[in-house]
Formats: sequence, structure tokens, C-alpha cells
Amino acid sequence: MTHAISIRNLVKTYQLGDNVVRALAGVSLDVEAGEFLAVTGPSGSGKSTLMHILGCLDRPTAGTYLLDGRDVSTMSNDELATVRQEKLGFVFQGFNLLSRTSALDNVELPLLYGSNAIGSAERRRRALEALKAVGLEERAGHHPNQLSGGQQQRVAIARALINNPSIVLADEPTGNLDTRTSLEVMDLLQELNRTRRITVLLITHELDIAEHATRIISFRDGLIRSDRPVIDRRFARQEMAEPDLAVA
Amino acid sequence: MMTFRIAFKALGRNKLRTGLTMLGMIIGVAAVISLVALGNGAQSAIEAQIKGAGTNMITVNAGNFTSGGVRQGAGASNSLSVEDAAGIRREVPGVQYLAPGVSTRGQVIAGNQNWSTRIQGTDVDLPAIRAWSVRAGSFFTEQDVRSAAKVAVLGSTVNEQLFGASADPSGQLIRIGKQPFRVLGVMASKGQGMGEDMDDQILVPYTTVQKKLLGIVHINTITISAASADDTRAVADATAALLRGRHGLGPGQDDDFMIRTLDEIADVRTQATGTMTTLLAGIAGVSLIVGGIGIMNIMLVSVTERTREIGLRMAIGAKGRDVRLQFLVEAITLSLIGGGAGMALGFALAEGMSRWLSWPAEVSVNAVMMAFGFAAGTGVFFGFYPAQKAARLNPIEALRFE
Repeated sequence: MTHAISIRNLVKTYQLGDNVVRALAGVSLDVEAGEFLAVTGPSGSGKSTLMHILGCLDRPTAGTYLLDGRDVSTMSNDELATVRQEKLGFVFQGFNLLSRTSALDNVELPLLYGSNAIGSAERRRRALEALKAVGLEERAGHHPNQLSGGQQQRVAIARALINNPSIVLADEPTGNLDTRTSLEVMDLLQELNRTRRITVLLITHELDIAEHATRIISFRDGLIRSDRPVIDRRFARQEMAEPDLAVA
Repeated sequence: MMTFRIAFKALGRNKLRTGLTMLGMIIGVAAVISLVALGNGAQSAIEAQIKGAGTNMITVNAGNFTSGGVRQGAGASNSLSVEDAAGIRREVPGVQYLAPGVSTRGQVIAGNQNWSTRIQGTDVDLPAIRAWSVRAGSFFTEQDVRSAAKVAVLGSTVNEQLFGASADPSGQLIRIGKQPFRVLGVMASKGQGMGEDMDDQILVPYTTVQKKLLGIVHINTITISAASADDTRAVADATAALLRGRHGLGPGQDDDFMIRTLDEIADVRTQATGTMTTLLAGIAGVSLIVGGIGIMNIMLVSVTERTREIGLRMAIGAKGRDVRLQFLVEAITLSLIGGGAGMALGFALAEGMSRWLSWPAEVSVNAVMMAFGFAAGTGVFFGFYPAQKAARLNPIEALRFE
């Protein structure tokens, strides 16, 4: 069986003035389809670089990266763009929604790119469906500045879902949110992971957020220092039901 | 198609800025169209004015500016004779009318008024040649010419000085020097023509000037009209050949006369206004370029401001060329809509100038095409650099951009 993600001896170096910085120093990792993987580590540890390469936004200096069995480590920029469009969904810390643009139009955005042309009625239908999946179909016409932070992040998740990606990469998705809305977002990601078997890669430096995953790897100095399954996994829906949280 | 939707939506997100950017283009295109219309209008007006002076007209002046190595003024020689005029009338084909001319200056006295003016001796066909009508009274007749009668037809300025602007002086007596002349009529006002005030002169039979005023037998000018405009050049050439033969000029000798056609004069004037039109278009063209730079400026600001948007679009699957096309289409849309609005404004300005200010303005198809083409070209040219800049952004850095 092919792994959803399979990387071998991944190296990424940057030239910074006279110094060569090794952001990744030979990383190997396999992720199975349907896993919920949290990547933790201090800033500068290489976790962001890894996410950029896994997200096909960047290419490794050396090593191989098989995404669903396909080698993407040597693809051109345009080929990578196509892979991102077809297989990946992104959720960012800062939401990155287009301002003065309705939630519906924001969610539609990924459908505007790529070779397979989709009619505008079909785009609308799918965008509404995605908004429904994150519980925001009634806010379809709202602009980002009319939505709360949690709602904005849910719109961003709907946008990540619209192409039916096999992998969603979430880069500090709760970084700008309070505890309650963080849990809402984590609940959504857990549900998508469970019901749709979407592989989720979550970058976070908060351990309690990371414990919503099924597996945590932690990074330091460009290498994986630990790789462990989560024994006592947190479930956001249960946490939200706990009374002390309602006060906090 | 998708790209156009994306670009329109992006432009719609910042309407004020979009509008202001277009304004530069609108003003540029409108300026080109209206100023060129103004220049063209002036040109046609001058052409019409010259044509109105009598088309098909040819003038032969005695003497030449360089005759015999001695510089002389036109008409300052006695090289033309009445027989030359008769010869042209007889032998040159295509001549419709012909009038020998001889002129002098004199003091004209009527009652207690007097006026110093030009006394133009001419023939009965002059009104036909110059398309010039008699306002009151009548012109002199062939009988008057044959008998060198002391009769005069006044130019309107002379009439105004001696009798009053609207007076009919027919039948009045005036004196030129000491000799009494009977006034037959007054000419319609003609204005400036051929470099002289046509209204400030008195027309009398040329024979009268020769015999009664100057005591000479030569003439200064011969004014000819060709039967049709197409014949003008041929008639002028045939006249020159005939006169050279009659005056016994061998090859290599300069003409002792000077022939000018109205077309030549018209050409000079038309060229002058053409230069003016080009100049106006040039000035207006500068504002077009300024408008284009405005577009580039705004697109560059827009690319920087929307760096994160570009990063996001790339992350969700936009290729470099998708981004480049989006910004290019935005720039072209700005310039085309701006160009279209500028065209409308230019038409309105040209129309307004001709209607309310009575300035002649003719919208030229060339100027419209040029301005609009330039607007579109500006969009591509000045939009390309910012679009390229956007397309080359690294998605990771673009997403991190604060």
C-alpha cells in the first residue's frame, strides 16, 4: 500500500549571506492516509520548512518526496501548482481570506484555477456545500470583516475542502483564536479527518492543541527528535461540553 | 474567461482607486481626441476660407523676385502687357475667365470725407473669378472698359469710410486725385484674402487706370480662373510656357513673371495648421503617457499591497501565468474602460467646443483609433512589469508578507 506521504532523507539548505543554513538535515517520514499528524517544535526547528515542502510550495535540496506514490520533489513550479490545486488544502494562521469578498466567493476561489473548467452554477453549488460542511451556509454572503475569527477560519477550512483534497495542511490554525474558537476549529478538523478520511497535517507549538492529533512528531535543529502516537487523545467536542471551559 | 472574472472582481474591490486610475487615462484620451479635433477643425476652416476666395484661381504677376539678378517685388516690372493677357485668353486651353490688372494708390474724396486706398484696375470678370458679388448697384461693363470710363465700384471698407457702412453709394460722385468718378456700386464684404484686405480698395476698369491715372500701357497682373480645379495646374503651366515664348526667354533664363495658384497658397496654410495639429496631438500624447504611468504605478502598489493575496492564490493552485494574466487583464481593463470613457468625453468636448464656443472641431477617426490603441497598448506595456513581478513572487514569502 502506498503511503499518503513518504519522504526519504529530505535536506533543505538556504544560503544566508556567507552562511549555509540547514533547515532540514535529512528527514525521513511516512504518513498513512487518514492519519492526523501534529508537527511541533520551537521556531527555527525546521517544521515550517517541512510543511512548505510537504505542501508543494517549495522543493527539497536533496532527498525524495512521494505524494500518493508520485515523486513531486523534482516537479516544475507549474506542475506543483497543479498538485496543490488537485490534492492539497491549506489553512493558515492568518486565515488569508480575500477582503471585500463574500465567504462564498472566497470558498469558490480554488475552483477558478486548474485545467478542469467548472461551470459557475456548479462552483456555487460546491462552495455552498463546503460552507454547509463547516456550518456557515447562512453566512455565505458575509464579507470577512463581518465574521468572527473562528468563523473566518471555518470559511478558510471550507475553502481548503472545496477540491476534495486528500491532505489538508493547517499551519498554526488556532494561533489567532481564543480557547473556545480554537476548539471549534479543532473539532472541525477532527470531524473531517474522521468522516472523510482526509489526512491532516497540523503545525502547532501548543501541546494541548497537538494532542488532538493521533500522532505527534517534534522537531529540533532540522531533525525529528520524537515520533509518538497520542495515547490519551483529546476530542474537541467533549472538551467544549465541559462546564469549566464555558467560563474560561 | 475565468481570468476576466477574477480581474473584474479584484478591480471592483477598490472602486475609488480604480476610478482615479482610470481618470488619468480618461483625461489623456479625451485630450488627444478633442485637441486633434480642434486642430483638424481649424485646418478645414482655413481650407474652406481659401476655397471661398475663388477656386481654380491663378495669378500672374509681372516681374520676379530674382529677375535679371536684381531683386524686385512682384508687379514691379513692366514685363506684362495687355497683349499677353489677350494671348493667354486666345491660346491657353481651359481658361474660363481672365482679368488684366493694374493698380495704384490714391486719395479718394467724397463730399467732406476722404480715404487713401488702393485703386485696382481690373476687368469685368473679376467678380466671377473671385466668387465675389456686388452688394448694391452694379459692376462696370465691357463698354466702360473699352471707353476707359471714369466709373468705380467701392470695396465695403471704402464705402464705410466715405458714405457709411450700410449706405448705397450708387450714382454718387467721388474724386480720385482731381478726377471725378461716378460710383456704380459697392462690393460684398470679402475679408482678408491672398494677403491683402480685399475690402479696402476701389475697383475701376484697368484701361482707366492705364490711361487716366497712370499714363502707362503695361499691366501688373493677370488673374485667371481655370474651367475646373483639375485644370488649374495645366493652365498655369501652359500660361508660363506661352509667356516665356512671347517674352523671348531662352532656356536657362529666369521667368520675368511669377505664377501662383491658389492651391499652392492653400497648401502652405494647410501645412501650417497641420503642424499645429501635430503639436497639439503631441502635447495631448504626453498626458496619455502620464496616464499610462499612473496605471503602472497603481498596479505596482496593488501588487505589493496584495502580496498575501497572490501568495494565497498560488497556494491554492494558481500558476505563475494565472497571476500574470490576472494583473495584466486588470491593467488592460483599467486602460480600456478609461480609454472608452475618455473617448466619450473627447467627443463631448469636441462637440461642446463647436456648439458653445463656435470653435471648429472635427473628430478625426485616426485620432480616435490612435488614442484608443495607445490606451490599450499602455495597459499591456505598463501592466506587464507589475504583472511579471506578481507572477515571480515566491508563494512562501508572499504568504508571510506583512
